[in-house]
Amino acid sequence: MAFAAFATTEAQPQAPRKRSRIALLLLLPGILYLVLFFLTPLISLLLTSLQAPSEFGDIGMYDYAFNWQNYVDVVNAYWPHILRSFGYALAATVLALVISYPIAYFIGVKARRRPLLQSLLLVLVIAPFFISFLLRTLAWKQILSDESIIITSLKALSLLAPDAYFTGTPFAVIFGLTYNFIPFMTLPLYTTLERLDTRYLEAGSDLYANPVTVFRKVTIPLSMPGIVAGTLLTFIPAAGDYVNASRDFLGGPDTQMMGNVIEANFLVLLNYPAAAALSIILMAAILVLVGVYVKRSGTEDLL
Amino acid sequence: MTSRPLPQDPVVRALIAQARQAQLTRRTLLAGGAAGASALALAACSTGGGQARPTAAADRSDSDKTLNWANWAAYIDEDDAGNYPTLDRFEEETGISVNYEVAVDDNNTYYGKVKDQLALGQDIGADTVCLTDWMVSRWIRLGYTQELDHDNIPNIANLTPALQNPDFDEGRKHSLPWQGGFAGICWNTEKVPGGLREVQDLWSADLKGRVGVLSEMRDTMGLIMLQNGVDISGDWGDAEFEAAIETLDEQVANGQIRNIKGNSYLEDLKSEDTLAAICWSGDITVLNAEAGDKWQFAIPDAGGTLWNDNFLIPVGSPRKTNAETLINYYYDPAVAAEVAAWVNYITPVVGAQEAAAAIDPELAENQLIFPNEETLSNAYIFRALSGAEEQKYQAQFQQILLGS
Repeated sequence: MAFAAFATTEAQPQAPRKRSRIALLLLLPGILYLVLFFLTPLISLLLTSLQAPSEFGDIGMYDYAFNWQNYVDVVNAYWPHILRSFGYALAATVLALVISYPIAYFIGVKARRRPLLQSLLLVLVIAPFFISFLLRTLAWKQILSDESIIITSLKALSLLAPDAYFTGTPFAVIFGLTYNFIPFMTLPLYTTLERLDTRYLEAGSDLYANPVTVFRKVTIPLSMPGIVAGTLLTFIPAAGDYVNASRDFLGGPDTQMMGNVIEANFLVLLNYPAAAALSIILMAAILVLVGVYVKRSGTEDLL
Repeated sequence: MTSRPLPQDPVVRALIAQARQAQLTRRTLLAGGAAGASALALAACSTGGGQARPTAAADRSDSDKTLNWANWAAYIDEDDAGNYPTLDRFEEETGISVNYEVAVDDNNTYYGKVKDQLALGQDIGADTVCLTDWMVSRWIRLGYTQELDHDNIPNIANLTPALQNPDFDEGRKHSLPWQGGFAGICWNTEKVPGGLREVQDLWSADLKGRVGVLSEMRDTMGLIMLQNGVDISGDWGDAEFEAAIETLDEQVANGQIRNIKGNSYLEDLKSEDTLAAICWSGDITVLNAEAGDKWQFAIPDAGGTLWNDNFLIPVGSPRKTNAETLINYYYDPAVAAEVAAWVNYITPVVGAQEAAAAIDPELAENQLIFPNEETLSNAYIFRALSGAEEQKYQAQFQQILLGS
């Protein structure tokens, strides 16, 4: 060993400098930013979530305390909303995946030979971002309203009961979530499918696998990074979304999600500890769910 | 220090690598600790807990001829060019330049935005704000307002007697009404030709799923309580409130009430998702002008609610006299009539009706802008709630809004 090393003295690994001040200096803005705008609010949120009402205080007055009971209270009061948030987010994620996969496959694989068509289709996927998210959701509220063409024609064709309606129902909320997050699902899927080596698909067919098996055993595993990235980009914001489910947009009194509960507690009830505790619970639940998901799908290196 | 090659011996190499790692961890730990401590210190800066009442800022109006006025959208006369004619005249007459900002779109959201600065007695960027009675009541209770100097507001003599002594501000020491309105019921005259007379009529079977109510607790609950025969400005308690909550809960649960909304209830009326609703008087006038004359507003036979948005001067404002000059200007009947003619809400200024008759006789007869004694006798102001009551009743009301 020593002899072998002797022969290659020139290629010796250099001992790095003990401490690189430049690197630290370069990192400083980023670290400061994180401390100021992520760590500080997070700690503030944690402290708020443990506050107790001031003894003789007016509405909205709280003192720092260690009142962990807040967490028990909000879970007891709002567990249906917590479950509903994750249920809606899951439904929207699955629907977005089912809708986006064929689109991404078409753009990334089928349209490869026609770059012009490919870029045009990509622009179409991104185009909705040019209009405000709120405006688009409001537009859907109009399109799906009771006297709209869609609903009246469905009723005329007896596909819908005469007193049925769409806005303010869980369907409308899940529809809105799915619609709003489709681009976030399509783009990561596209980037992995765009690099898909079609020779693998040919090899699969050569080995007498039918198209379904090739898709299941070759295409899906190869596009797994895109699927995981897309589902995360959809699920995480969808679980915390409060616009679609808001009563002012597509939701109704029985479709309220965690975001709406946090908003009501913060702005109307001035119950800051409850709002903070719910935010922490939402954050922790998402972290756990995402951690388990990434571990199970074997794509830890994505994080 | 220049880099030098590592020693040849593998064992020594491994040791050095290990030592470096250990050093790094210790350092990271220290850095992490420092960052955590500084973040903690920063976090502690955020306000929390019951504070002492803030003290009023010193008045610099003599040297500083500016004024910031935060108000709601479409709440002042505006010409086609986007100018505010009455405000422009005020600037000419007094030499005070006014920065009029449409900064309030919800009492709660606005309060959420400025409450921390108010608690510290800081300038919130507005020298006068117009907020609804119950929110004004909270500001006065918490000491977030400055006391008005009535000597600077001689036109206060024009304030309508009915609004001179509200329960939250006896003698109007801290607030003065800007505009007011009724909450009542409205319906789509094409789809509901028979019309409605009572809140009770909203619960009829043929309107199932097509009724909207307001997310403003005092209006929705006030109307239901009035229907139940409760005088909402008088002495009532938990039992009366809970009876009304039960009605609301039942109508939401059985699908009679489609949705519970703030300002956006107008969209539902327009798209005909709702055919009848609990609504605000001024909105219906505007809606009819905007989207075809097909809605009608009525104060229910059992009574409607009357609310006012009031001028107040935030505790941290250094331009109190300027604000008082502005309030005085808008209490001139001629100016008030001009504003009322545009915004379609009730003006609190006596004499404005006569001034309005000179502009447009029909306008002066409009009961929703210039109500007479008879109309007013059927409108009730929701009594002021204490902090504890507010919390209790709002929690019950929100529970229905959030469902389960």
